[in-house]
Amino acid sequence: MAILDIRQRTGYLFIAVMLGHVILISAQVNTRRGVPMLQVVTFGLFAEVQRATSAMVSSVRGGWTNYVSLRDVNAENEGLKRQLAEAQVQLQEQRALAERSRGLLATLGLRDRSNLKTLAAEVIGAGATTDFKTVTIDKGTNDGVRADLAVMAPAGVVGRVVVSSARAAKVQLLVDRNAGAGVLIERSRSQGVAIGAGDGLLRMEYVSEVADVVVGDTVVTSGIDGIYPKGYVVGTVEAVEKSGNSYKQILVRPAVDFSSVEEVLVVLTHAPGRDAEETSQ
Amino acid sequence: MKAAGVVIATAVAVALQTTLAQFVVRGAVAVDFVVVAVIYISLTSGPAIGLLSGTFAGLVQDTLASGEVLGIGGLAMSIVGFLSGVVGTQFIVVQPLPRFVVFFGATVLYKTIYIGLYELLGLGDFGVPVAAVAGQALGNAIVGVIAFQVVELLPGAMERRRATRGRLRR
Repeated sequence: MAILDIRQRTGYLFIAVMLGHVILISAQVNTRRGVPMLQVVTFGLFAEVQRATSAMVSSVRGGWTNYVSLRDVNAENEGLKRQLAEAQVQLQEQRALAERSRGLLATLGLRDRSNLKTLAAEVIGAGATTDFKTVTIDKGTNDGVRADLAVMAPAGVVGRVVVSSARAAKVQLLVDRNAGAGVLIERSRSQGVAIGAGDGLLRMEYVSEVADVVVGDTVVTSGIDGIYPKGYVVGTVEAVEKSGNSYKQILVRPAVDFSSVEEVLVVLTHAPGRDAEETSQ
Repeated sequence: MKAAGVVIATAVAVALQTTLAQFVVRGAVAVDFVVVAVIYISLTSGPAIGLLSGTFAGLVQDTLASGEVLGIGGLAMSIVGFLSGVVGTQFIVVQPLPRFVVFFGATVLYKTIYIGLYELLGLGDFGVPVAAVAGQALGNAIVGVIAFQVVELLPGAMERRRATRGRLRR
């Protein structure tokens, strides 16, 4: 009966829904403090749906693979893949450490910051809209994953955690329009900010027009944003243009192929800048 | 019963979208299954159910996006659900061509409201993605028309097959 009444008063219902949405949006746009609880709860619920879907797809695929190929070989292969991914990240870590040691900071006796604690996670779903680039991973607050932790892949930086529920977390990819990271050109040490261009590429902004940047240069994280550890590969410079103002327009192709990311590593220790910030608070 | 159907259809659409989009994150995804589901529900169930299903689906999409503002997708999807429902009750939308036009137009409207609100509130710079919007509208329209055809033709085809088998046995 109540549903019948609602159907007969569709106009009122429409106005009520519109008002509700406007109030909801206004509240968030005005405050912008943390992540809304409703978002966390709903995300947590639907992350379970994504987990179930992913588990179903994985079990069907896994069952077929195990049926066709040798079961032990497959398991061993998975383990080796994981080990290789971790070794590649460690290699990058060593590379970053060696780069740092060449600089003046090493002579000042900078403390060793290379021991990053990481956690392997599996990608269980992608974002529900096509306008924002996110993925859902199968680790959450129960495993120590929280907002603003960096997420890496063997090839380089993937993104950062934006929302974390108990058993899953949402990762904003570096190519998302709202994503950004402090970066520098590895060769010339020119600093800038990498921002998602929305089309799978990154724009490196705030790079002085006189900076030494050429196509093919490797772009690495600078660590100044307090999220991403210093020295990790972001991508390579694909195009450099002079914009007419005092900055260069630089396009960067990400090192990570975001369409095929299946396993990632969450960096559980914040970058040094963030740690210092938290300690001072 | 109807509400449960709407919730299940939306959940399936979201699961389908997130599962398939996982493999094409870098490129533009040409179909938004959630939008298709809302328009389909609206055309078959009217403006009230269309409005509520649009609200539900939009809010779910908002929570799974990184836009951080809950409600923009909900608002856009509610309007689209409501208007699609109105079109479904006021006009005869039973042929593939009118259905194609409704799916195409509703998708363009959804994207316009969605992107427009983000631009208006200064929360994102989308530029003018005419090709991307047109591509997605085309993809949604094709999937929507096919969905209608399958749902309508499948029971009849099965019935005919059963009848043919019965005659052969006799």
